[in-house]
Amino acid sequence: MSKKFRALCICIFVLLALTLSVHAQDTSTLALVQERGHIICISHSGYPGFGFLDEEGNFSGFDTDFCRATAAAIFGDADAHEILPASSADRFTFLATGEGDVIYRTTTWTLSRDTDNNAQYAVIYFYDGQGLMVPTSLGISTIEELDGATICTDPGTTSELNIADAFAARGLEYTPLPIEDDEEAWNTYLEGRCDVRTTDRSYLASYASTAFPNPEEHMVLDITISKEPLAHVVRNGDDQWLDIIQWVTFALINAEEYGITSENVDDFLDSEDPVVRRMLGTEDDFGGKLGLPSDWVYQMIKQVGNYGEMFDRNLGAGSPLNLPRGPNALWTDGGLIYAPPFR
Amino acid sequence: MSAFYGSSIRSSWWLWSRLSWFFLYSNMVTALRTQKEVPISYDFLHDTAGFNLGESAIAFTCTDPIHRAMLVGLLNTFKVSITGIALATLLGTFIGVMRLSTNFLVSKIAWAYINVFRNIPPLLLLIFWYRAVFLKLPRVQEAIVFFDPVFPIYIANRGLFFPWGTPTESWSTYRWILLAGFVLAVFVAYRLRQHGKRTGRMPLVSLWFAVILLVVTLLGYVILPDPLEITKPALKGFNIRGGATLSLEFWGLLFVLVIYAAAYIAEAVRAGILSVDRGQREAARALGFSSFNIMRLIILPQAIRVVVPPLISYAIGFTKNTSLGLAIGYTDFFAITGGLILNNTGRAVETLTIILLVYLTISLIASLILNMYNRRIMLSH
Repeated sequence: MSKKFRALCICIFVLLALTLSVHAQDTSTLALVQERGHIICISHSGYPGFGFLDEEGNFSGFDTDFCRATAAAIFGDADAHEILPASSADRFTFLATGEGDVIYRTTTWTLSRDTDNNAQYAVIYFYDGQGLMVPTSLGISTIEELDGATICTDPGTTSELNIADAFAARGLEYTPLPIEDDEEAWNTYLEGRCDVRTTDRSYLASYASTAFPNPEEHMVLDITISKEPLAHVVRNGDDQWLDIIQWVTFALINAEEYGITSENVDDFLDSEDPVVRRMLGTEDDFGGKLGLPSDWVYQMIKQVGNYGEMFDRNLGAGSPLNLPRGPNALWTDGGLIYAPPFR
Repeated sequence: MSAFYGSSIRSSWWLWSRLSWFFLYSNMVTALRTQKEVPISYDFLHDTAGFNLGESAIAFTCTDPIHRAMLVGLLNTFKVSITGIALATLLGTFIGVMRLSTNFLVSKIAWAYINVFRNIPPLLLLIFWYRAVFLKLPRVQEAIVFFDPVFPIYIANRGLFFPWGTPTESWSTYRWILLAGFVLAVFVAYRLRQHGKRTGRMPLVSLWFAVILLVVTLLGYVILPDPLEITKPALKGFNIRGGATLSLEFWGLLFVLVIYAAAYIAEAVRAGILSVDRGQREAARALGFSSFNIMRLIILPQAIRVVVPPLISYAIGFTKNTSLGLAIGYTDFFAITGGLILNNTGRAVETLTIILLVYLTISLIASLILNMYNRRIMLSH
């Protein structure tokens, strides 16, 4: 009897401890991250330009840089981060179960995703659109000519739903071939199993330029069949964490607007401009309002660079992808990149 | 004393397992309540799917509901598993018999086959064969064509394309003729069997059965004005269109699962054959049976009693392994429900529960049927 009683006590104790650990996730994500000592970003495992392993075996890319900037803002150390590679299918599960703190992984913001998944979309950081890649030898230039084609898609992505809409709207037929593994999907397209590969334009360009044996034999049609606003995502119900993720990006954009770069940020420390002083924390403690150190923006710019630097290094002129800024130019240059002011 | 100790261990084990189940369940409920404001509900099954499916036995478009997409997946799973289990059994029996051949080369080939395919993970086999062999078939523009003008069959790296009939207006009448023919054939076969049992000279029952079916089918086709309209596949634009298609992914998955399962079945068959007493073989030979007939009439009917129980497990394993199709884009039940639907709706608990229940049901039904068969062929004396 006493043995049973002891077992029962142990059980109850273990249960309590485990239940507490479940509830611990209800507390602030920032507190959780600070206690852990590093941030965990749900990101790509291999997506040239956005998040992939470089020659030294470190993750690098546009998405990775947002993770590094966030780590710099919270800890003053861009290396205080961990990349949790996830497939497009896994990412929301990893976020919902608390295995990662934020999704920095080219995630399209849509109404149904916003309401169905346990996810809060923070800020659009890249304006993309879905494109169609075909072999140049087919001599195709419009979507109408693709009637009856076989199309390689990624299962469970918005691109799969958009292609269904685009073809239905024009009364065209096609055969989808959804392939879970991304590299397998590309290989299948290159072998001619599909006539068309469809996904975000940036990805079509980035993969073709870095991984195709003969990139000039393939072309992206001049048709953009959908809006793909790529956004950062956090869990529902933590407003402070949402603010932090939003303002990390806003600060990086504002820094580009004010011409603050990783090279000249130190010169701006004694700037007279009150906006710059508020940003860099030399006047008013805006970091404190977010629960961050007062020099959070300085650390991000110093260690990672502003939005434009991140773009150039990973996607733009300074990278093999050589993507034009296009809609991702600052609003002052006729683009869509616009951030609320530091006030 | 020791009895008391045992019961205490048992009861504390009981307590532990109950408590851990309770914990896992309450953990899930708490997690769902705190992390996801959407309560568990299966209403999403009636929502519009939004995606198209290439591989489908029934009509499906993106405006159909999600539960119909699940049905499409289930039918695709059955398509591979039913054909696959039948083919694997045939191939496995063949290899198993080869393995016991007295010919050194034949027996060693079977030995190599079994040991190679049994010792490579099926996923690896699948990706290898799909990538290195199936995808390397000619592209549609250069497809291989057989029997061109009469009955064109195209082979390309998109699949196998062959002529197929689509029902016309007279099809509904023709269907009844086919049913009547089938009933007649069953009736005649039954009577012939009865007769054979009575006289001790069994007529060729299955031959008669086939002849009657064939005659009725042909007669009906001649009498009625074309119940089926035959369409032939032809290269049109990008794809081969018309007729019916069995996709490359279907062949890839079928092929790999068959060669994989056949390696296990071959070993089971070998064990079954070895379990038949040597005297049986010697007696048959003394009576002047040919070695083919010894195998067909004496050894295999007795070996099957040993073979069937492991075969049940392999058949169930085969059905579950069809979920590997995900890797090469074969849209089976798991790929559609756990891939497309789960990602588009975000309803992890609901879809995964459905997947678990469906696979459990399939396996239980399969084992029920095969167990019934097993009971029928068991020694009954």
